[in-house]
Amino acid sequence: MRLEPKPAPSKLALLLYPAGAVAVTLVITSLLVLAAGASPLSVFALVWKGAAGSQFALMETLTRATPLIFTGLAVAVAFRAKLWNIGAEAQLYIGAVVTVVLGTGTLALHSGLLLPLIAVSAMAAGALLLLGPALLKTSFGVDEVVTTLLLNFIVLLFVSMLLEGPLKDPTGLGWPQSQKVIAEAQLPRIIQGRRLHYGFVLALVSAVVVWVIMKRTALGYEMRAVGHNPEAARFAGIPVNTVLMKTALLSGGLAALAGFSEVAGLKGNLTRDLSPGFGYTGIVVAMLAMLNPLGVVVSAIFVAGIFVGADAMSRAAGVPSYIANVMTATALLTMVAAILLSRYRVRWR
Amino acid sequence: MDQAVDILFTASFWVAAIRIASPLIFATMGELICERAGVLNLGIEGIMTVGAFAGWFTVYSGGDLWAGVLVAALAGAAFGLLHGFLTVPLGLSQHVVGIGVTLLATSLTYFTYRLVLPEVTSPPKIEPFQPLPIPGLSQIPIVGEALFAQTPLTYLAFVTVALVAWVLYRTPAGLALRAAGENPSAVEAQGISVTAVRMTAVCAGSALMAIGGAFLTMSAFNSFFFETVNGRGWICIALVVFGSWRPGKALVGAILFAAFDAYQIRLQQISGGVVPYQMFLMLPYVLSILALVLVARRATYPKALMIPYQKGER
Repeated sequence: MRLEPKPAPSKLALLLYPAGAVAVTLVITSLLVLAAGASPLSVFALVWKGAAGSQFALMETLTRATPLIFTGLAVAVAFRAKLWNIGAEAQLYIGAVVTVVLGTGTLALHSGLLLPLIAVSAMAAGALLLLGPALLKTSFGVDEVVTTLLLNFIVLLFVSMLLEGPLKDPTGLGWPQSQKVIAEAQLPRIIQGRRLHYGFVLALVSAVVVWVIMKRTALGYEMRAVGHNPEAARFAGIPVNTVLMKTALLSGGLAALAGFSEVAGLKGNLTRDLSPGFGYTGIVVAMLAMLNPLGVVVSAIFVAGIFVGADAMSRAAGVPSYIANVMTATALLTMVAAILLSRYRVRWR
Repeated sequence: MDQAVDILFTASFWVAAIRIASPLIFATMGELICERAGVLNLGIEGIMTVGAFAGWFTVYSGGDLWAGVLVAALAGAAFGLLHGFLTVPLGLSQHVVGIGVTLLATSLTYFTYRLVLPEVTSPPKIEPFQPLPIPGLSQIPIVGEALFAQTPLTYLAFVTVALVAWVLYRTPAGLALRAAGENPSAVEAQGISVTAVRMTAVCAGSALMAIGGAFLTMSAFNSFFFETVNGRGWICIALVVFGSWRPGKALVGAILFAAFDAYQIRLQQISGGVVPYQMFLMLPYVLSILALVLVARRATYPKALMIPYQKGER
């Protein structure tokens, strides 16, 4: 079989193929639900109810979407320039570490000053963390996929070391957890009594800023050019390595904001399980959004809804909540295939 | 300080090093086959997880140990087929598909585990492969114990290296595979389908990765738990680069790496808790990055690695 480019993909095809991807994902998930001895329709209804069935559910979904918007943006920015940052998980944790270090009373400032200071410092730390692999890529030719992946494990161990050492909460009854950040270092809640916090607003603003950078600035143009064809970009006089560095700084900084927002807005302190794989799920989020920064917001809410809904469903229907992970991973694979098939025609022989 | 050196002369250290190396050897050979054919397989971490679970679960539900290995290999090959279909004929990004396959394989495994064992808190153990000392050879001090008093799966790992090297360098199939990763149009010019060669390589390689995962549950830990694989797949990707895509060199790399890992565990014990244990646990990952940096400059990647092939294109 071979692929031939379609002359011009019709608007209908661009809609039909992703819809097909969703359908395939639902069919596969249904089979698993059947294997678990439950009825797919009632399970999907429970997922929907758990994700969007009430104001409470919706707020939970948006809360869960917040870190995913940040990591999704981090991945979208990096992948656009073909910088394969699989280390958003590590950058998130470094951002969280900085938030705890600066937010537990080290600095006594007004929150209007303290919060931006912490956010910027967290971004700087995450940016520097990704700068390492990016430099290794440009100066030694070391594949950044492997280095960023390995750094995830190193950073998680580092966090565990801090939580059992210098950052350990003396009043934590021996649990490996940090102290809570002070009131001035907390992002306020949007609605009293709900967990949704201003980290979500920061995420929306970040998405718009990233969209502007990608679509309206020279840097965005250069990043896309480098991602499209580095050789051609170099030939056109674009400083490819410099662009990759800037991409790394932006991407690492965005992922670190996820850690900042989770600690300062939601959890208050740092634990080893701060992120249930937000960094990896960010890849799914970014790909489902076809690397579009504004699309990331939509797909992050969608993916968060699946996870929040599956948690609720799992308690009610007894289907393991890992179904959400299966669903999002399947959606990732079917979606990339669907996008390809909407642009190419398969010729058998 | 003496203690730190003495470790190197104990048989138990070398026995552990070879045991730790075994799963890495399987998975590294698997990745090497894929990459020599031109396909980077980042599904490795997930495929190892699938293998670890499939092998363990087969034995747990009453199957034979070797049946477990076979089931693991087949499960691995199935995910290889998925990875291959998306990256070879469809030519999708090997990075994205690989990560996707890892996420899918891992989550499917965890889902299945929770489905079949909903209530367990401590994972059930199985009766694993037992050491099978080879008469005579295993009597040699240190070396004999390290190499010839292991479980059958370890022997199989070494046989696999020899087999992979033989197939790659001494058979027409191996020539076609290497050419598919270097100069695919030359393969097509011989009337051999690049797609078929690459698909076969990815399936076979993925089967080996899964056996590597199965080693962990069937010959090392005796039970399956989340994070069984714990980044070993990514380390194997580094080992392939470190071994310059050659089976022999990759084998040496895997053993060196495992020796270092076994050493840090022992060093951790004699350090008496002065240095945080996490520092020791970090070492394997740090070492992998250092190894990559060391060899990166003179690394010669298979020329067509990560480049999809379309018949009829130049």
